[in-house]
Amino acid sequence: MTSNVQRSDATRGGFWSDSGKTGLTSWIFSTDHKRIGLLYLFSTFSFFLVAVVLGLLLRIELMAPGRTIMGPQTYNAIFTVHGVMMIFLFIIPGFPGAFGNLVMPIQIGARDVFFPRLNLLSWWLYIIGAAIILTSLFTGGGPPDTGWTFYVPFSARTGTNVSLAVFGVFVVGFSSILTGLNFVTTIHRLRCEGMTWGRLPLFVWSLYATAWVQILATPILAITLVLVMAERLLGTGLFEPAQGGDPLMYQHLFWIYSHPAVYIMILPAMGVISDIIPVFSRKPIFGYKMIAFSSLAIAAFGSLVWGHHMFTSGMSDTAILVFSFLTFVVAIPSAIKVFNWISTLYKGSISLDAPMLFALSFILLFSIGGLSGLILGAAATDVHVHDTHFVVGHFHYVIFGGSGFAFFASMHYWLPKFFGRRYAEKPAVIAWVLMFTGFNVMYFTMQVLGMEGMPRRYYDYLPEFANLNLVATIGSWILVTGLVIMLVNLFRGLLWGEPFEGNPWGGATLEWSTATPPPTENFAEDPVVTHGPYDFTQQD
Amino acid sequence: MTHQPHTDNLGARLGMWLFLFTELLLFGGLFLLYAVYFKRYPHEFAVAGTQLNWVMGTANTVILLTSSLCAAMAVTAVQRGESRRAVGLIGGTILCAAGFMTIKYFEWSEKIGHGIYPGSAHLRGGVPGESVFFSLYFMTTGIHGLHVLIGCVLLAVIGFKITSGAVTAENYNLLENGALYWHLVDLIWIFIFPLYYLIL
Repeated sequence: MTSNVQRSDATRGGFWSDSGKTGLTSWIFSTDHKRIGLLYLFSTFSFFLVAVVLGLLLRIELMAPGRTIMGPQTYNAIFTVHGVMMIFLFIIPGFPGAFGNLVMPIQIGARDVFFPRLNLLSWWLYIIGAAIILTSLFTGGGPPDTGWTFYVPFSARTGTNVSLAVFGVFVVGFSSILTGLNFVTTIHRLRCEGMTWGRLPLFVWSLYATAWVQILATPILAITLVLVMAERLLGTGLFEPAQGGDPLMYQHLFWIYSHPAVYIMILPAMGVISDIIPVFSRKPIFGYKMIAFSSLAIAAFGSLVWGHHMFTSGMSDTAILVFSFLTFVVAIPSAIKVFNWISTLYKGSISLDAPMLFALSFILLFSIGGLSGLILGAAATDVHVHDTHFVVGHFHYVIFGGSGFAFFASMHYWLPKFFGRRYAEKPAVIAWVLMFTGFNVMYFTMQVLGMEGMPRRYYDYLPEFANLNLVATIGSWILVTGLVIMLVNLFRGLLWGEPFEGNPWGGATLEWSTATPPPTENFAEDPVVTHGPYDFTQQD
Repeated sequence: MTHQPHTDNLGARLGMWLFLFTELLLFGGLFLLYAVYFKRYPHEFAVAGTQLNWVMGTANTVILLTSSLCAAMAVTAVQRGESRRAVGLIGGTILCAAGFMTIKYFEWSEKIGHGIYPGSAHLRGGVPGESVFFSLYFMTTGIHGLHVLIGCVLLAVIGFKITSGAVTAENYNLLENGALYWHLVDLIWIFIFPLYYLIL
């Protein structure tokens, strides 16, 4: 194996070398969906790591009451930047941008996305937006301190550099819209022969639903952010009570986007899980149609529940009742998915490889997050835990325990396919154990703290919260230790590890039928599909 | 595998229609604010609306409708292979757009000359609903005007492409999509005009 181990990137084969182009420009100006996918992967994941460090700093500050390592203004800035980076620069663009781009065109048997140059433009807009956000941290009045929600009236009045940061998010939003538009068109027009809607892998279905949310919700964020800039720069007063405006309208507009946005974050994750679980259970997925349908139902109903972020805002009781009801309705398609995953596992021949471990923990963590979401969705209990650490814990269960763990599952499941080399299994499992443990120690404790009344977004707290905060901080250290092991293992493995060839896990979707790594236009010959994505009888 | 650029006209148009949805929703946010604030300040909105010049608004409506007609005729002309006529019609569209922007310029400067602009002392001192009305008016027509300018640039580029032979009777997706964008700009104005100029 020595010769293989010494193989460099240029000789990886497939899309790494078959175009004959090398160097930086062959990547940053490439229209190949796999290269763009990897660009997204590295850029979004870099921001993830920065935001992890910021989160770690927040936990260290909260380790003990009073000032530990930073003052209130720094704390405000850090939790704002942590949120902005995690949400707008990592998880929203990350899943569609990285794994959507890498895998989706191959899974539908296409040579590329429908608009390859638009795809490249999306990545560039993302990078430009990210650069603007980074600039906003070090210029003007300093990093924004509003929280990632940019609530007025504070965001209209604070002296920090909100205008530029919001503009950066606006540009990133453009990138998100173009990706969504590209994916919907691709899935409609470029499915290969025999790839009917009923044979689409569930990851593709979930990206399809996600893409519609990106198209329909993001413009509302765009106009909202433009209005915040106008509020600051022109004094339009549309959200300013003294001029007849209403701050509640900002909250409505913001959540009309930002609630559906959490489905942009979680839907592709659900799709990945629906792809991984049947492969490692050696069983066709249970309830294919219902899982596909529930993705669309989540996208549709999820767009109508934004008001549940505003139960304590002074909104009318009628509105609260309606939004609360609709929130419970969304729980139904989510539960359909969970039950179908469990039914798929039932009597399956389960193998606990790293991708499967991450996928299984997704189910548990997402369920805890989802159920705690119902506590927040019920108007009466929400009043008790609103704006406490319970919300922070809930959100991280869904988005980190859900989308984040699904992202790690995808990294272990799909990246070897694209690098042609694999990670070592044992460290991957150790990393998973540490991350899973640390995660629960940290965020479950936060939920308990919230129940006891500890508010979010304060750098200090009452002495009775001290013990649990220390526990949560220790949890964060365990989590990050696992994360570091996982990354080192992946990095070493994908660059220098054992060769990864063929279809070791026996996946039945199209990406496993082409060469490893896939060639530039994905297939030696345009594929013809004759069976469903989870029909394993064809290979065994 | 040889690379052939696909010529899937339906797909190209699907992408454009999706983009138009996003534009509608962008303005949708502003219309939503309008609806809520109109419900809250019906009287103030009506009074403020009378300060807008409906003659100029009507003129602009007619001009934009004409421009849209030119854009649609340009598409037909290219389909028939009459590229000279198509370029002339696109010129007509851009001319109309210039007329629209000129009238808009006079309307805006007149208002600003009277101290009516977002955040002005006049509006801050006036009744709350009036300030909201004019802030929304300036934001909506401002963003719409920006779209008119973008549409002009887009159509000008397409005009040059027709001259250079890149857009032809066989391959006119770009022109068709450009015209679709222009119709959207027109369509949004059709909503703006009655909402701001014709409140009873």
